[in-house]
Amino acid sequence: MTRDDRRGRITLERVTQRFALPREGREFTAVQDVSFDVGGGEFVSIVGPSGCGKSTLLSLVAGLAPVTEGRISLDGQPVEGVNPRLGFVFQRDAIFPWKTVAQNVGLPLLFRGVDADSARPRVAEWIARIGLTGFEGYHPHQLSGGMRKRVALAMTMVYDPEIVLMDEPFGALDVQTRNLMENDLLEIWAQLRRTVVFVTHDLEEAIALSDRIVVMSASPGRVKAVYPITLPRPRSVTEIRFHPDFGRLYETIWKDLKDEVRIGYERTRKGLVG
Amino acid sequence: MATSGPEKVSWVRIRLWRAVLLGAFLLLWEMATRRGWVDPFFVSQPTVLAAQIFDWIRTGFILRHLFVTMQETILGFLLGTLLGVAVGFTFARWQTLAHIFDPLMVALNAMPRVVLAPLFILWFGLGLLSKVVMVVSLVFFVVFFSTYTGIREVDRDLVNNARILGAHPRHMIRHVLLPSALTWIFASLRTSVGFALIGAVVGEYLGSHEGMGYVISYAESMFNATGVLAGLLVLMAAVIAIDVALKRLDARFSYWKPFPK
Repeated sequence: MTRDDRRGRITLERVTQRFALPREGREFTAVQDVSFDVGGGEFVSIVGPSGCGKSTLLSLVAGLAPVTEGRISLDGQPVEGVNPRLGFVFQRDAIFPWKTVAQNVGLPLLFRGVDADSARPRVAEWIARIGLTGFEGYHPHQLSGGMRKRVALAMTMVYDPEIVLMDEPFGALDVQTRNLMENDLLEIWAQLRRTVVFVTHDLEEAIALSDRIVVMSASPGRVKAVYPITLPRPRSVTEIRFHPDFGRLYETIWKDLKDEVRIGYERTRKGLVG
Repeated sequence: MATSGPEKVSWVRIRLWRAVLLGAFLLLWEMATRRGWVDPFFVSQPTVLAAQIFDWIRTGFILRHLFVTMQETILGFLLGTLLGVAVGFTFARWQTLAHIFDPLMVALNAMPRVVLAPLFILWFGLGLLSKVVMVVSLVFFVVFFSTYTGIREVDRDLVNNARILGAHPRHMIRHVLLPSALTWIFASLRTSVGFALIGAVVGEYLGSHEGMGYVISYAESMFNATGVLAGLLVLMAAVIAIDVALKRLDARFSYWKPFPK
């Protein structure tokens, strides 16, 4: 099967998103004329300076907000509202503090009307998979940041979405935990082969994980370049960094990214980004 | 929890100090009135107060009145809370409604309820109903505002996550909005219970033939300082008992929070 006839394809065609800034009486263009495709089962990262609209782009794909101009489609179907075949791992851990680990992981199944008896083994399987067996009855405040992130991941994967969107999911974790979770993610991805769109500002993370990297320009976000990452798989994020091609890729992409980061930084400093 | 700062707090010592201070205060009071420094007609006397309260309890007099006050408080509190949650929830979900009624709510809340009490008594009589209405008028606004804020301030990420995970509107209410609002409602609960008791007592004070407010008001009309102070002490004890019970309840409902107080 080639990646184009797998399910979970995403197409963005000249997507532009503008927000009204009523207090300043003007519009703010978050992303402009963004077009790219993601193949079914492909792992694509979006990198760019802060404020370039990476997160906005993800929420548009998720159907959380309507697109101002252009078109986004999933397997040829235009996005109209939230799609049940899609999963989203948020930057902050958006798990429910009043629910236990097991209740959190089981929540999407409950929402989908899966009866408790068939939900139970699926929940148990995912809790085991993220290494939290024995913590089923814990509440989020009793867990570490990494454990909460695992719960969020299990919560997303338990209903087997065809597309998984991740918005800087590991940004708040310490480096060791982060590397462990990146490896776990790669393992899960290799087994299930779901489409992943991964937003990050960490270029190393993007290279280590992805099949392709989309580099965005400073605000308003445009696609500056797209790089295929040809490093061999299966990868370990800690070891792939020593691959001879890694440094070369990093250098090439960083050359593109660095100007944008500087522009983005200057603008943020002057308060031009809304 | 109370171990911040370099000095380690010794609770035994704190309790000891409290007891010593209270004892000294009572002793001074008793001495001042016995030696004739202050006329007990105005300030009563600790031993006389204790005897009065003991007598009230022995004859069952105070329990009857306390029961009436509690009945009004609890009834008004439950009704006010129910109404506050319902209206707060409705307004939070339908913003247009909230905008239409916003000036009215603010204006109503600004009205001093104590001054309204005589009107309530005029409308609803000297009995239970006027006190319950009085309590509701106080409790409703506290609960209404906290429910409204609680639902408006729900973490946007949680709402978005629930949407992505496939929540229907009824799921959203049951699993996201209500639990989130519950923390706010509970935070206001202790305030609103205090208000409820004040409402009931003020209502009784202004027009009633039973309840703690009546007991105090009657003693006042007889220039009986002992009766007034004894009534206040009984009320104080009731409020403290309720507050302790609520603290326990709050801890039970906020088991998922990092530091249940």
